[in-house]
Formats: sequence, C-alpha cells, structure tokens
Amino acid sequence: MSEQSQTNSESGLPSRLVEEIEQVSREKKLSKEKKEKLIEEVKKVYQQSIFEPGEGIGIIAAQSISEPSTQMTMRTYHFAGTAGIKVTYGLPRLIEIFDAKKEPETPMMTIYLKKEFNNATEAAKLAEDVVEKKILNVTKRISLNLNENSIEFEVIDKRRIEAVSKAVREFLKNVNVKTKDDKVIVIPKIENVKELQTVKEKILDIHVGGIKDVKNAIVRKDGEDWIINTIGTNLKDVFIIKEVDEKRTYTNDIHETYTILGIEAARSVIIKEALKTMQEQALDIDTRYVILVSDMMTLSGEVNSIGRYGVAGAKTSILARAAFEETIKHLVRASIRNEVDNLQGIFENVMIGQVAPSGTGMFDLIVKADEEKE
Amino acid sequence: MTSIFLDGKFVGTTAEPQKIVNEIRVKRRTGIIPNQINVAYHQHLDEVRILSDSGRVRRPLIIVENGVPKLTKDHVEKLKKNEIAWNDLLKMGAVELVDSEEEENTYIALTEKDLTPEHTHLEFDPSVILGLSASFIPYPEFNRGDRVNYGAKMVGQSIGIFSTNFLSRTDTKSNVMLYPQKPLVQTHAYSIFPYDKHPSGNNVVIAVASFDGYNMEDSIVINAGSLQKGLLWSYMYRTYETEQKRYLGGQEDQIGIPEAGVRGYAGEDAYKHLSEDGISNPETNLDSDMVIIGRVSPLRFLGTMDKFVTGMENIRETSVRLRHGDHGIADRIFVTDTTDGTKLIKVVVRDMKVPEIGDKLASRHGQKGIIALVVPPEDMPFTENGIVPDVIFNPHGIPSRMTMGQLLEIIGGKVAALTGKPIVSPAFSPTSEKELRETLVRNGFRNDGKEIMYDGRTGKKFETQIFIGSAFYQKLDHLVSNKIHARSRGPVTLLTKQPTEGRSKEGGLRLGEMEKDCLIAHGASLALKERFDSDKAVISICSVCGLVAMHDKIKNKKICPIDGESKIIDVQMSYAFKLMLDELKSMMIYPKVIVGEEE
Repeated sequence: MSEQSQTNSESGLPSRLVEEIEQVSREKKLSKEKKEKLIEEVKKVYQQSIFEPGEGIGIIAAQSISEPSTQMTMRTYHFAGTAGIKVTYGLPRLIEIFDAKKEPETPMMTIYLKKEFNNATEAAKLAEDVVEKKILNVTKRISLNLNENSIEFEVIDKRRIEAVSKAVREFLKNVNVKTKDDKVIVIPKIENVKELQTVKEKILDIHVGGIKDVKNAIVRKDGEDWIINTIGTNLKDVFIIKEVDEKRTYTNDIHETYTILGIEAARSVIIKEALKTMQEQALDIDTRYVILVSDMMTLSGEVNSIGRYGVAGAKTSILARAAFEETIKHLVRASIRNEVDNLQGIFENVMIGQVAPSGTGMFDLIVKADEEKE
Repeated sequence: MTSIFLDGKFVGTTAEPQKIVNEIRVKRRTGIIPNQINVAYHQHLDEVRILSDSGRVRRPLIIVENGVPKLTKDHVEKLKKNEIAWNDLLKMGAVELVDSEEEENTYIALTEKDLTPEHTHLEFDPSVILGLSASFIPYPEFNRGDRVNYGAKMVGQSIGIFSTNFLSRTDTKSNVMLYPQKPLVQTHAYSIFPYDKHPSGNNVVIAVASFDGYNMEDSIVINAGSLQKGLLWSYMYRTYETEQKRYLGGQEDQIGIPEAGVRGYAGEDAYKHLSEDGISNPETNLDSDMVIIGRVSPLRFLGTMDKFVTGMENIRETSVRLRHGDHGIADRIFVTDTTDGTKLIKVVVRDMKVPEIGDKLASRHGQKGIIALVVPPEDMPFTENGIVPDVIFNPHGIPSRMTMGQLLEIIGGKVAALTGKPIVSPAFSPTSEKELRETLVRNGFRNDGKEIMYDGRTGKKFETQIFIGSAFYQKLDHLVSNKIHARSRGPVTLLTKQPTEGRSKEGGLRLGEMEKDCLIAHGASLALKERFDSDKAVISICSVCGLVAMHDKIKNKKICPIDGESKIIDVQMSYAFKLMLDELKSMMIYPKVIVGEEE
C-alpha cells in the first residue's frame, strides 16, 4: 500500500499509474499531445475516485463489506456428508478473520518449494515427511502387562525402534524404557492400573517424527509450482526444512503469521483471507475496503479484533463505547478514573444531539465577514 | 416379549405381537370391536400400542386386501342411491379410520393403478394429500409448488364469511364480505366443505394485458364500474368494550356523559352524539378518536398538589374512543352484566370497505397484487361483444412464476360462464384443457381464450389479441385504510420527549441505527442533526460544577444549587441525553458537563 500511494509530485498521480501511462503511450506510439490528453483524462478519473475531506470512509467501508455479507446466508454452515477436506468458508470464516480468533477452525498451510527442489518427487517426499507422526501412527499393537506393571508396544518399522524409545524416554521422566526385538517395554513405576492406562494414552500421543500439528498433506500442481497443502499449520518448523521456499510459504493462521513473520505479514494475511472468502461466495467488494479494515486491525502493532475487545473497544469516547456493548462497565470505569469525553467523534455528537464532525459538519467558517471588507 | 400399551398404560406382554395386532384389526373391521380403536405395532421399539382415547386425528382410507380394494363399484352405486351411508361402509369393513400411530403400519397406494399385493390401504383420491386451503386451489398440479403454497396461505387471509352468525358475535375485529360468490372453477373441496356458507371472493372478468404503466410490478388495474356494482365489498366490524369497574374504597367508574369540570373534559361537542346513558346510538357516524362510550373514573393516585385544588372533583374522563385512524358507524350495542355483577358494554362499530387504491387482492394461485388504479368503465378496454374486464392483470406476472393453473382457471372460468355450469376440476384429475378449448370453439370463441379488444379511451383496436376470461379473486385482510399513516408533528412520550411509536399513537417512523449510518456515509451531518432534533432542549448548566442549574422563580434568575450564583450557560442538547445524565446521577456517577465559552 505504501508503495502504491507514493505520488508523482509532477502530475499528482500515483507512480504506478504514471508508469502505466508511459507504457501504454510507448506501446501505442502516442504523440505528445495525445499523451498529455491521456494524462488529463486519467487525472480526472483519479481525482474523482479520491475521498473528499470529511467523508465517512469507515462507515462506507463497513457498509460495503457488510451489505454483501448479509447475502452470505447461513447455508455455508452445513455440509453434512461431504467427502474430502472440511474447510471453513463463507460467513463463519469471515467472522473468524475479523474477530481475530486465536486459532482458525481449519488451519492450513500452503508450502512452496525452492527452485532446485520444485519437482514431483521432492514434493511427494516432503509431503510425507511433513505430516506429524505420533507413536499411535507407528505402532502395531499396544498392551498393558499387569504382571510387571509395564506397557508394551510393537513398532511397525523395526529400524525406527531406537528413535521411538528415545522419544518416550525424553517425554516421560522417571520411566524405564527397554527394547526387545521389535518391542518397546515401558515400566513407569506405577502400580495403579488406572494410572497405567493414562500413561498408555500419553505414550500414544508422543510426537516421533514429521512436523507438529500437521495432520495431512496433499501435493498439488499450480502452474509451474509444486505445492503442498496441509491441514494444520506450523510455519516455524516448516521454515527450517531446506527444500521449503520460506518466501512464498503461507498459512491462513493470522496470529501465527504475526508471531513468526510480523505485523505487516499478518495484515496481508487478513486482506488475502478476507478477499478470498468473499470471492469464493461470488461477492465482489473493493480491495480498499478490506485494506482499511485490516489496517485498523493491525494499527497498534498487534492483531486486534473488530469488536468490543478490539477496535470498537479502543474507541476514545466513553459514550460511544458505552452505547456499543457493556454499558455499565465503561461508565463505571470512566467514573472511577475521572475520564473525560471530549465529544470529538460522530457517535457521541449524534447522541447528544449536536452536529457530528464529519461531512458537512466537519468544517467551520473561520474568516470573519468584517475582515473581508478591508 | 413385546410390551402392550393401552392408551399409554402398560397392560401386558405378548410373544406374538403381529398376531394380536392383526386380530384386533380384523375384529374392528367386522364390528366386534368399536371402530374408534386403533392399534400399531412398532417393531423397532418392540411395542404394541392400542389407542382408544379422544383427541386423535384420524383419516379415512379404503381397506385393501391382496391388492384388491374392499370398496367396490357396488358400494358406490348404493351410496349414490342413498341406500347406504358412511357408517355402513365402516361396518362393512370397506373403509376405516386410521390415526397417526396406526398409519406407521400401513402402505398406502395413492391411486388404484398403483395397487400391489403389499398395499394395505388406498387413498380415496390423490387430492387428499393437500390440506384444506390448498385443496381450494383449482389446477394446482399445473403450478409450481411454491405458488400453491403461497396461494393456500392467501386463501386463509381472504375476506369472506367466516361465520354465519357474525351478527350476534362480538369478535374484536372481523371482516365480512357483502356479495360473495362461488367460484366458477371449483375443486371437490368446495362441495365437501360447506363453502356455500363460507365463501371468500368474487368471480371477476380478467384481461391479461398491460394498462399504461399502472399494473406493473404486480399492481392491479380495476374497473370502477365493477366496484360500484359491489365487487369485493366488505364490512369490517370492531368491538369496543368497557366494564363499570369497582375500585377499593367503594369508588367505581361512571358510565354516562361526563360533566363539565371533570379532568380531561373534552368539551360539549365531544359528547353530543351520545345518548343520555353515555353510549353512542346505533347508526351514529363515528370518526377517528371520537367518544363511543362516555366514562369517568376515580383518580388512582393523588398528586401532592391535587389535594388542595378546589372546585375540581377527583375524577378523570376515561371515555372509550374510536381507534386513531379508524372510521365507522356504531352497529350493535350490547349492555349486560359480567359474572361479577359489573355493568358490561360492548359496542360493535362497522365500517364499509370498498376496494380502493392500495388494497390487496389475490387469485388462488399465489398471484397477489395491489390495486393501483381504478379506471372508469368507459375507459377500460372492451371486446367485440362489449365485455369489459373487471381486472387487468399484467402478463409479466406469468413467465417467471409459471402459474399455468391460473391460465387454465381463466379459460375454465370463461367456459363456465358461457355454459352456465361450474367447472369442477380437482387436483390430479382435472377437466382437460382440450375439453375447455373445444367448448370455447363451440360457443364461437377462439380456442386459446384470446379476443380482439379495443381501447376504451381511443376506440382503436389493439394490435394484439388479449387473453380474457374469468377468474376467482379474493380480497385479503390487508386493507390500506387500516394501515395508512402519516405524521408531521404529533404526540411525544412523557419520559424522553421523543415522538411516540406506532400508528395507533399517531407515531413517527423511526430513523434507526442503520439509517443514521447512511446519513453519515453521505456526509450529511446537518441533515442528520435535524433528523434527531425531535427532542432538543435547552438545558442550563452551571459552568463550575457541570450539573443542571435551576430557575429561581421569585428572583427570576438561574442559580446553581451547589455553587450558588455562578456563571450559568444554556446548552442545547437532546432531552434524551439530559435524561441519561439524570440516570447516571441516580447510579452515583457524576457526569460533569464541561461547557465551553459562549461565542
């Protein structure tokens, strides 16, 4: 955005538009007069589309997003019996994005590969490696030996037996781990059968390979690129893999993006995800509205939700906050802290019946009539 | 072991549930057990349920054995000759009544053609799958399903004769049609249900055409001549009632003409149409807010000052008045006593509703519309034979809604009008289109129902031929005269000084949250302020403590109760905001208003 909004001082147009005009006039071999005329026309259209001072861009953005959203009916909730990967989309996903939920309902990663590894075999190999393996996935049979108060399980791949027993040893302290043929025997020094059972459950859940939280991976070809789509995200661990192109690899988890790649990246994810969700439902809204919303969400340097704990809760006016949600909380807090409402927002002024400082109410005449005479 | 329940109570068990059930059914059909008994075997629950109690909805079905219905042609013949009746069929075991439990054990064929040896029952007619309202729709199988649904819904809203004793009833509100008719195109339901006693509309001559722009978007052009002849007229009855209530301390309401001097006395003119007992005479013309029953009540709560006011009795005028926006004529007056011994008065007010611009009409096919223009008969288009339509229906209503039943009804209505015999065309066994077309041709008309028509205003022939016939139209209970409402200035609520809400209180139309947002989005701040100025008030505020100042009447000066003679500034704000400041104070929050300097 910051790049786009840089204006060319000469024409008052964004540099990108100026470049485009140059390119077109070169291609079409325009004469100097014609080129100037083109610039004039572009200027006219550009200036018409700029917001005027005092225009309520926030409300216009809100209306431009919410009106089409009302058309996303509740039908997106129910997809009973549909085979394949379940993905949250439609209204629930949009709510998830703007509410800045800590974890998306269906976290997903899109892993891109570096140029030298960008082929089917590498992708397939990586897809297999990436999926998280737990003891549950690598054992054939698990049983409790009540005579010796131990837990025994057989490993499918005998070669990995050492790695598995090491993982168990690391995960569970105060445990005696032995291996015998393809069997791992765990003696947890517990005599209670019930507790033994819980230890067994714990053992099954131990991470032994792959990347944590990644539940499934599918290889897909998109143009030249081989892409791995995963269910579950873990950017941090994926970035370490040498085949992965960390510049393009992407997750739909806003908070994860924020912690690993920073606030600008999180802002981009919000824009991308929100637009994608709207476009999936065949709703066409201008990118700028979504940009404005995501700017508001990331303004403070961290991801805030739209709503009472986020953007709306950060309003300066006590009256505006009290009128929105949790009236008593805001009023009591304001009275305890001796807060002052300067009545500078729109909502407060509508409430008390005065002219709201936006649009026509934004400006006052400051030139005095008698001064003008002189 | 299978449990057996009789009317929900456990009575025993059996090892052979199917046998028991069958035995009960055979005995019921042969008349050994009363036919009110129903029995069902629920295999998945392993329960036999025998039901004999009241309140079960049961429906008749023809019994089928080995794929052969027990009801024979012989039975039908005898029924026709009146030799046997329904109860005889029940006794013969030809038909039976099945409740919702027993229905679970049946396998019912819709038509005789579908019968297989597995079937246990046969429907009397496939049209019984429709409910009452839906079975009043002719040719429903030619309409899209949702249209039949809408049509059935609107049949329920139609004004007709809901009860034949409406003259002795005192319903709060009821509508009765003045000149109802039987439809020309009917279904079986019209003879089964006592439709003669409860008709619901009029047959109209309908032309499918446009009339300038006055019937676009489902509006209807209607013939003024037809209206003058009584088409779709109706009465609306509304009952107003009052009791002579008794209060603690021996006081009671007084029904009569209030005396001058009573609180709230509206002046002599307001009561002059009342008879000496304080009740309107029958056939009195009543207008909006006029007194129907004069009444005074004792004051319930005396204010502190009231005790000292002399010359005014502690009673208040509480007359029963006609609803705001209503008109009418006092129709019937009932004076009687309640079971508590208090006097009870009911006044039924009648108002004649002639169809007018804004009233809602509908055919039986979910084709509703609003009257948009009433055209003098001489300006309406006419046919070669001089037929002038009552209603002009816009052809754009047909393609998207696909109500072919409506078109068939129009042709059918035309045939019925020509032959003098109603067309009876039940669902799924309709009178054929071919037959209708042939009859039209036999009567000298085009087989497609189109006719050459002439413009009533110019006399010129229309270039195209127009589809014209007869259809049944209903007036629905959404009359403009009961809904029309406007306000410029008017009453405000006591608490907030904001305008009242609702037509009956002469209220304003709310400019809501989202409408407010639209004004902001347009940047129309000054327009927005004007909109919300309805409760603006000038409040004097002390510039020191920021609280509301008071007016010292003796010194005629504004002073602050806390800071005395401090500088007091008048501030304009909405009264509702002042109220909020007061409420904050009541919850121990000090809302200090910091006032700027006056310019």
